[in-house]
Order: sequence, then structure tokens, then C-alpha cells
Amino acid sequence: MIGLSHNALWVLVSMLMLGTAAGLVGCFAYWKRHSLMSDALAHAALPGVVAGYALLGFKSLPVMLLGAAASALVGALAVSWIRSSSRVKEDAAMGIILSVFFGLGIMLLAIVNRLPGGGQSGLDSFIFGQAAAMVRQDMRLMTAAAAIVLLVVLVSFKEWKLHLFDPAFARGLGLSGRLMDAAYLTLLVVVIVIGIQAVGVILMAALLIIPAVSARYWTNAFGTMLALSALFGGGAGVAGAYVSTLESGWPTGPFIVIAAAGIFLVSFLFGLRKGLLLKAMQRREQMRRLRTRAIRSDKLTEGEALP
Amino acid sequence: MSYDGWILLTASLVGLSCGLVGALLILRRMAMMADAISHTVLLGIVVAYLVTRELSGAHMLIGAAAAGLLTAVLVQGLHARGVRQEASIGIVFTTLFAIGVILIATKVGNAHLDVQHALMGEITFIPWETTPVPGLGEIPEAVLVLLAVLAFVTALIVALYKEWKITSFDPALAAALGIPVAFLHYLFMTMISVTAVAAFDAVGAIMVIAMLITPASAAYLWTDRLSVMLPLSGLFGVASAFAGYGIAWLLDTSISGSMAFATGLLFLASFLLSPRHGLAARRLRGRTAVGRAER
Repeated sequence: MIGLSHNALWVLVSMLMLGTAAGLVGCFAYWKRHSLMSDALAHAALPGVVAGYALLGFKSLPVMLLGAAASALVGALAVSWIRSSSRVKEDAAMGIILSVFFGLGIMLLAIVNRLPGGGQSGLDSFIFGQAAAMVRQDMRLMTAAAAIVLLVVLVSFKEWKLHLFDPAFARGLGLSGRLMDAAYLTLLVVVIVIGIQAVGVILMAALLIIPAVSARYWTNAFGTMLALSALFGGGAGVAGAYVSTLESGWPTGPFIVIAAAGIFLVSFLFGLRKGLLLKAMQRREQMRRLRTRAIRSDKLTEGEALP
Repeated sequence: MSYDGWILLTASLVGLSCGLVGALLILRRMAMMADAISHTVLLGIVVAYLVTRELSGAHMLIGAAAAGLLTAVLVQGLHARGVRQEASIGIVFTTLFAIGVILIATKVGNAHLDVQHALMGEITFIPWETTPVPGLGEIPEAVLVLLAVLAFVTALIVALYKEWKITSFDPALAAALGIPVAFLHYLFMTMISVTAVAAFDAVGAIMVIAMLITPASAAYLWTDRLSVMLPLSGLFGVASAFAGYGIAWLLDTSISGSMAFATGLLFLASFLLSPRHGLAARRLRGRTAVGRAER
């Protein structure tokens, strides 16, 4: 990495770790059909971030992240409460939590920005993400958290596989479904919370959704899917962060999303398991086989046995 | 009319048109589609600005409607080719939104369009951007656009009421009856986009999502009749606008954020207290049922 400052190198390393962690947890979300839940939770973290700042009166990343985690968890519980005890469907419940929590966050942000010194708090960067606004300490925290997520996933890989694909069997073996659900929600919230400063609350979901869906185009094995998704997430994180450091003031999140979308497009077209090109080739092959069979059956004479 | 009057009128118009469209949106289970479209209209607005170099209402409406349709078509296209519905929504809207933000950051500068404004809205400026209307004097531009959109939406809902009802509750029956379900789907997507952009320009993307989804969900808890749910949802939208303005005035904070928050309060009240589907009523019914069973 020639020509990169020490700080920029740190940004790239932390985005690599974040992308990898998000790619892994994104696979869980994919199989739980929770892709949009991550969007709702990321938006729901905003009031917590601002409240964390407002309580202390100065910017301290750990406190803001704790606030973010708390409000994202409240959002997750509210979604499941609305879904389970009223007739409002899950997608509407997510929309409600997403917009109402974000609205509350904007309210708090306007109040905080009015306080003396609040205008320079850099809280606005949480909306679109600004990797350049992070200081060394923030990046260390982020990298460490991402490493822990990575470790947890690797150590308990077998349990996750069981829990996601055969929950009944997993319970039969004594693996608590509630415990795994709680662990999953914790991982999801941790990844979202550490990611929002760099990627922003609006686009954080993309980092969880797109690598996992892309990986699905290349393999049917869960282990390979996890590895590929981690690779795609890390790659998109580094590429997006690198581009956004080229000019000052460029937001990080959108460039990461564009990189991830590029990976998705390639996978969607050329993926070896269900890519469009492969499907088209299979269809042609099938048509050819059908056609030869149809010509042979034309030549059947009366009394001849069918092939 | 006074300054506050214009703001309340604008917000009420947003609440009313979003509430009407939102009722159908909830019943068609497309709430997250509204989230997606209200984000991607940003791309439409930016592209319209880059092409014409002016920020006029008509260009923006066309650009946003096109972006909304593009979102619907892309989501449908990915879904038809094997991507899960929720995953394809997630991919399409984040990508289009990211392109919009990048275009603003690199091409537009902060001259006239900025993302924060688009997301959170600047309802406070609306009363000053007026155009003269013969016979009525100076009227804010946003109010005129919103009135036109409200008329458009109401006319479509009333004219095709029976079709909306059948396609929302039983799409298979609708298809069997020969109702053009796909056409109505895309027409509905256009309605959402047009409503979203008119409201978006006035109050920002987040309040649009809140106004589209939350009042309609609240109304859904009060009634089982579509003919009641539609006006009730619009009424809830207007009520949240007023309540939100009150909160913003009390706390001296963002008006559109407070209005989004107010829709949440209204939903919470409905969720707990609605006589038919509320939590309290359910608990009560559960207890009497248990009591009866014990007797």
C-alpha cells in the first residue's frame, strides 16, 4: 500500500475486519430471512448514539456504541412484540420501528446540535458513515469487536449450522433455540453498532445483505458460503473505504455499497451454482436434448415401441 | 394564512395522502417496498437535477416516479430470477440510494441539493417558497404540489376502489376475474412514488416512511372494513402531523422528526387501547374467556 498514510492504512484494516464480520453474520440473517431486519435495527440505533453523546456531553465512542446497542435491542424487541401480540405483519412492524426510532434520533440530534459545542460533535457522520472521521482508538475498538465476532462464529460453526437448518434436531440434541436466537441477535447488533460509524445507519444493512446473497450464487455448502461471504464483505469494505479516502469529505458507506453491488452483479450473472449464464446454458442444453428426442419420435411407425 | 398555518396545512396534506396510500400498502404487505421507494426517489431527484440543472417541481416528480418504478421493476426482476423478496429489496434500494448519495457528493456539491435536507426535510422553509395563484394570493409551492398529488391519489383510489379491494385481499381471485393484477401493481408503485416524492420534497424521506406505514398500521388495529380504514388512516396521519408540530414546538427540535415520532405514539396508543385488536382488549377477552371456561 504505497502512498497511504498510516491512518488510511488503519482505516482499511478496520474496514476489512468489519466487512468480514458483517459477511459472516449476514449469512445467518440470510437463512433466518432477516435481511430487512438488519435495516430496521441499524436505523433504530440512531437515538441511542445521540443519547449516549447527550448523557456524557462529549464524544466517547464506547458510550455511544452502548447506547446504540441498547436502542437497537429495544427496537428488535419492539418488532417481535408488535408481530406476536397484534395482527400487524412483521414488515409493517419493521417499517414502524425503523421510521419512528429514526425520527426520534433526528429529534434528539436537533436538540444536541443546539447545545454549546454540539454542532461540532460529528454526530452527523453516523448517518452516512465517515471512516475518515474515526480516530485510531475508535478503529482499534472496531477491529477488536469484529475479531471477537469472527472468533465466536468460527468456534461455534457446527452449532450455527444445526440451528439454522434443522432447529428441531438441534433442540433434540439439547441445543437451546432461545439461547441461539439470543446469541444471533447479539452478534447482529454488535456488527451493526460497530459498523454504523464507518458505513452509516442507512446503508449498514447493505453490508449484511449483499455479500451473503452474492455468496449464495457460488455454492450450496454452508461453510463455503460463510467463507465467500466474509471474503466479499471484506473486499467491498476495503475497496469502498479506499475510494472514499481519495477525496476529503466523501462518505464511506455509499462507496462500500457500490463495491458490494458490483460483486453481486458478477455473482448474479456468472455464479457457478445458480447464476444467469449457467441457467441459460442449462436451458439450451435441455432444449437441444428435447429437440433430438422430438425428431426421433417423429419417425415412429405404427407398432414400434417408444424409446 | 399565518406561518404556522401553512406548515400545519403542508404536513396535514402529507399525512392525508400518505395515510390513504399507506392503507392499501399495509393490506398488500408491501410496507418495506415503501421504505425502499422513499429512499430511491433521492436518485430520481438527483438525476433530474443533473439533466435539467434546475430544481423545479415537475421535473422532480417525473424523475422520482421513474426511480420508484425502476425500484419496483428491479426488485420484481431479481425476485423472478430466484433472489428472495426481502433480499432483493435490500440490494436494490441500498444500491440506488448509494448511487444517489455519491452523485450528490461528487457532481452536485452542496449547492442546492443536500442529503441531510432530503432525509430530514426542511418544512420550516416551505411557507417562504410561494407562487402567486390568481384569486388566492401567494400560496406555497409545496402546498400546490401536495394538493395535486392528493387529488390524483384520491381519484385513483375512488375510481378503482373495487379493483384495489379485490387485488389486495385476494390476488388469485382478481387474476381469475380478469383484473390486470400486474398493471395495478405497477400503478400502485407509481402512486407510492409520486406521493413519496411530493411529501419527500416537503418533509424528508424518514417522515414519508413513518407517514406511509404507521398511521395505516394503527388504523388497521381499529377496523376490519377497508371503507373505514382508508379515511381513518388519513385522519391519523393528520393527527400525527398536529401532535408532532406540538412536540417540536415544546422541545424546540426537528419538526419532521417529531412528526415521525408522533405517528409512533399514535400507533402505541392504538396497539394498547384499540377496542378490537388492542393489547388491553385482548387480555380482557382472554381473561373473561378463561373465567367462563372455569365456571
